[in-house]
Amino acid sequence: MTTTSLTTGPSWARLPRRHVPVLVTLALLLVMYGIGVSQYRAFSNIQVIFNVFIDNGFLLVVAVGMTFVILTGGIDLSVGSVVAMTAMVSAWLLQSGLPALVVLVIALLIGPTLGFLMGCAIHFFDLQPFIVTLAGMFFARGMCTFISDASIPITDGFWTTMSQYRIGDPRGNFVSISVLIAFAVVLVAAYVLSYTRLGRNVYAIGGNPQSALLMGLPVARTRIAVYTISGLCSAIGGILLSFYTLSGAPLIAVGMELDVIAAVVIGGTVLTGGSGYIFGTVLGVLVLGVIQTLITFDGSLNSWWTKIVIGGLLFAFILFQRLIGIRYK
Amino acid sequence: MTDSRPVLTMTGISKSFPGVRALHNVDFRLFPGEVHALMGENGAGKSTLIKVLTGVYGIDEGTITLGEEQVAFNGPMQASAAGVSTVYQEVNLCPNLSVAENIFIGREPRRFGAVRWGEVRRRARQLLARLDLDIDVTAPVASYSLAVQQMVAIARAIDVQARVLILDEPTSSLDAGEVEQLFRIMRQLRDEGIAILFVTHFLDQVYGMADRITVLRNGTLVGEYPTAELPQLALVEKMIGKELDVLEGIEEHSRRDLAALEGGTPFMEVSQLGRKGAVAPFSLTIHAGEVVGLAGLLGSGRTEVARLFFGADRADRGEVAVSGKPGGLRNPVQAIERGIGFCSENRRAEGIIPDLTVRENMILAMQASRGWLRPIPRRRQDELVEQYIKALSIRPANPDVPVRNLSGGNQQKVLLARWLITEPRLLILDEPTRGIDVGAKAEIQKLVVQLSDGGMAVLFISAELEEVLRLSHKVAVMRDREMVAQLNNDDTVNADRVMQTIASGSQREEADK
Amino acid sequence: MNNAKDRYRTILGHRLFWPVAVLVVMLLANTIYRPGFLSIEVNNGHLYGTPIDILRLSAPLILVALGMTLVISTGGIDLSVGSTCAISGAIACLYISQAPDQNNLVTVFTALAMALGVALVLGAWNGVLVSVIGIQPIIATLILMVAGRGLAQLVAEGQIITINSGPFRAIGLGHFLTLPLAIFIALGAALLVAALTRRTALGMIVESVGGNREASRLAGIRSARIVFLVYVVSAACAAVAGFMMTANVSSADGNNTGLWVELDAILAVVIGGTSLAGGRFYLSGSILGALIIQTLTTTVYAMNISPQTALLFKAVVVIAVCLIQAPAFRAKFRRRGRGTPPPATPSPQQQKQEVPA
Repeated sequence: MTTTSLTTGPSWARLPRRHVPVLVTLALLLVMYGIGVSQYRAFSNIQVIFNVFIDNGFLLVVAVGMTFVILTGGIDLSVGSVVAMTAMVSAWLLQSGLPALVVLVIALLIGPTLGFLMGCAIHFFDLQPFIVTLAGMFFARGMCTFISDASIPITDGFWTTMSQYRIGDPRGNFVSISVLIAFAVVLVAAYVLSYTRLGRNVYAIGGNPQSALLMGLPVARTRIAVYTISGLCSAIGGILLSFYTLSGAPLIAVGMELDVIAAVVIGGTVLTGGSGYIFGTVLGVLVLGVIQTLITFDGSLNSWWTKIVIGGLLFAFILFQRLIGIRYK
Repeated sequence: MTDSRPVLTMTGISKSFPGVRALHNVDFRLFPGEVHALMGENGAGKSTLIKVLTGVYGIDEGTITLGEEQVAFNGPMQASAAGVSTVYQEVNLCPNLSVAENIFIGREPRRFGAVRWGEVRRRARQLLARLDLDIDVTAPVASYSLAVQQMVAIARAIDVQARVLILDEPTSSLDAGEVEQLFRIMRQLRDEGIAILFVTHFLDQVYGMADRITVLRNGTLVGEYPTAELPQLALVEKMIGKELDVLEGIEEHSRRDLAALEGGTPFMEVSQLGRKGAVAPFSLTIHAGEVVGLAGLLGSGRTEVARLFFGADRADRGEVAVSGKPGGLRNPVQAIERGIGFCSENRRAEGIIPDLTVRENMILAMQASRGWLRPIPRRRQDELVEQYIKALSIRPANPDVPVRNLSGGNQQKVLLARWLITEPRLLILDEPTRGIDVGAKAEIQKLVVQLSDGGMAVLFISAELEEVLRLSHKVAVMRDREMVAQLNNDDTVNADRVMQTIASGSQREEADK
Repeated sequence: MNNAKDRYRTILGHRLFWPVAVLVVMLLANTIYRPGFLSIEVNNGHLYGTPIDILRLSAPLILVALGMTLVISTGGIDLSVGSTCAISGAIACLYISQAPDQNNLVTVFTALAMALGVALVLGAWNGVLVSVIGIQPIIATLILMVAGRGLAQLVAEGQIITINSGPFRAIGLGHFLTLPLAIFIALGAALLVAALTRRTALGMIVESVGGNREASRLAGIRSARIVFLVYVVSAACAAVAGFMMTANVSSADGNNTGLWVELDAILAVVIGGTSLAGGRFYLSGSILGALIIQTLTTTVYAMNISPQTALLFKAVVVIAVCLIQAPAFRAKFRRRGRGTPPPATPSPQQQKQEVPA
């Protein structure tokens, strides 16, 4: 019948829209890198890029977990504290003489368990994710100082190996093992989000939770799963951080959740849920990393400019998302 | 066709919610290869019956038999896996996902746990081709019209080997052509042996499509009838029961002399008012004491007209004059200043403030127009609220309960009171009687007559033609977002003629002024 | 008998019952642990004692919570209050530190006015983002939460500004009528906000906007203006709280002034019974919530537990209060009778089947 009139416009005008935020982030990243290269000679050294990954590997992993949560329209404020708690617990257990493998397993279990409990509270008691994960944040941070008020150094052989091992080329450029782990997490997450039912359900719930329920999707299971995944990613991030610093400190990663949320948003994921990509999150983390590197290279700019610039970028991106109308609700 | 054994039998179904008995001892049968209409007024229990069947709610008493087996689904997924699929009135799809994914999500073809996207797209195209729909299945569902979304939802429903397809008011947001397309698909599916449970408010559609009709009233079964043996009038009587008499009492009030009203100065004149994408430019004049009815199907632009009259949406062209003074209506505040009130059709989203009390909800508009610095004195509040609770017989008669605890009809009355308190000169009522019980409906209709007798102008919108004709001096007919005719409601005008106008979109019926 | 039961139920059902109960239990526990807890002594014409300290120390949180209550009532949230505290504190201290006479009253008031002015601009910024541009409040205020810390450090050029100004110090530590001045400031602000909202129709209009923004607009309320206004009020409250925080230590630290106060304030509001979804707000509940949080902190200090570990207790209190107030939890608890806690993960199907039982 009148089938042709039912479509809305040619496909070339519609398709890119979902990808526009990611493309803009990519462009921004290239521009910033270009500025860096044009201003500072050392910036063009490939190791600068590797260092961005080395310094932000743990942030990337945590941001991947946050992407899952934000895609469902939720938020997880507990990530920074869980990262610290994982590092703290690892350091403490290693200090008390447990073998590295056992410590690793225990440390990797704590985060997901907390995430699972938070997910249950959010889903079954209909509590706001904001408040529940805030409580989780308090709990995890409290556990840190409960374990120890002071930083605990890590001297375990496995940890120091992981920390110092360099994978590099003959010219001296290298990355740490943490970077490879972070990449592995990114690839697994990207696969899960686009090729598994769990991943697709995450998008569906973010798009319209009511519909998802009526379409018979396992909303409860998925919702709890994303907070568990975020907990797992935070735990991995905590392990990576302890590789990086070789210690567990009770006040490390304070306020990290803000950087993570900023990275996810700058990466083009919409905070109301349902739209965004892991690849965007990677770009978002890189943008934050490059800003820091630029400010370090400059030397005359003070560290607080990082925060102001991140705030400014957040504003620009949110405004931009609003303008191109990425809001299905 | 229906002499085989029923594919679905529901026996003695009862279901209660706290304080409400939604279903009481209801029986229902569905045969393969039939379209079976489930009829009843709002609140009769139609949607509860559907939700009980698909496992959204558990049942208190009774049994459901599908084929040979007794079943009790614990959710829509299980129901659809067993062959009972539902398409809801409000399209329940995920707007951000592609068409193909919306059809298959939850049961995507997979290999080693990975979704096979190529296969998903291929099968989606195939399935939509069966429904004669040729669209880009990779585009997000949000980029298509409601009608297409409805088709996508049906495609999702029939992809599983559906034995029973439930269509819950699928036509309410479709235009005539789209409805015809839907019917064609329904017939095709019926001929394939699928049993279709069809819920609609449009009587014509029931008589056009349904093989049999089951009527519910107040949660109880009235009866099951072959369509051919149940004349329309009998059906209406069975649906609304004896209270029909109440409504007919009003008839005498109407059909007053329009000429007398038109002698005076018009209260509001709009000319060539329009808004792109909402409603084509139209002109309409409303006099003091006049009731203008807006007739047309859902989605024909009725609500859009009302919103332009109130400044809820900004018109992008045309002129407005209130009491002879020209000037645009840019927002509700300006409209209220000029003595206009507006009860939205969407009581929940645009009407009541559920948290606030009856009192606060009633005085809200008046308070808003006074500004927050001049609160209405408590004593004055009490007077006003008491007066309108009594006048509109609002139950419970307690001004300090949250309005969310009231029934739909009483909430509607509270909204009416909110505007009556502001003593408007024009009251716009968009579907004021939808979803409320018959008693409250009659009271609201009587009120409209009283108000217009008192000199208030009323713009009255309703999906029910009878109601519009009963109350209006003049009927403006909407079709496809265009005002196609204005009819003086004299003896020559009846439901058939308005229906024809809606159907044909004829311009010739323009009122002779 | 029946009457007594009814009364019991009314008290139990009162929205302030649980917050008050929690506060009383905490005070009792403290008194048992340390019998001198509630004692107040007169020294130098001023009252001293733990209860007075709790009141004094909770004053900034009460202030922030007042503004936050209004914001949350409109269905929003203001994450930037901590940064606003830091910025306003830093500006006030910077101005005073550069003045020739730090004890000059005119200097101090000019400093306060300037800082307050800047805070109002920040509030207006949030208000515009939320009400005009229509950005989700949590994100809109996140921008200032992140950037504001940087701005505060920018103002102070990364230093901790230490001042030696008697009048400014008085905001945090001064006394008036034997009681700390801070208590009066918080009380005054509470009365002012209460009068502003409950003596006029503003409170109802705010609740109306929070309960249903579109319906409010159609009833003739200029919803956008109201939403804008609450963010400005919130920033103003935060600024005064920022003065108090910096006055307490006579120095402004862009990094740490008001750190995480937004979270405590949101908690206080939620404990006080205002729903994060917007609608009805309870100023008295928020004040109680702030007192509960401060009592908890003080208790933990008194028990010689590190302040960070106090977060553990805070987590427990938050979850407990939220659960008690969550309708879903209450319904479950009631159905199962008293004593048996609900299982950790009941499936929704189970819940549904239990409804008819």
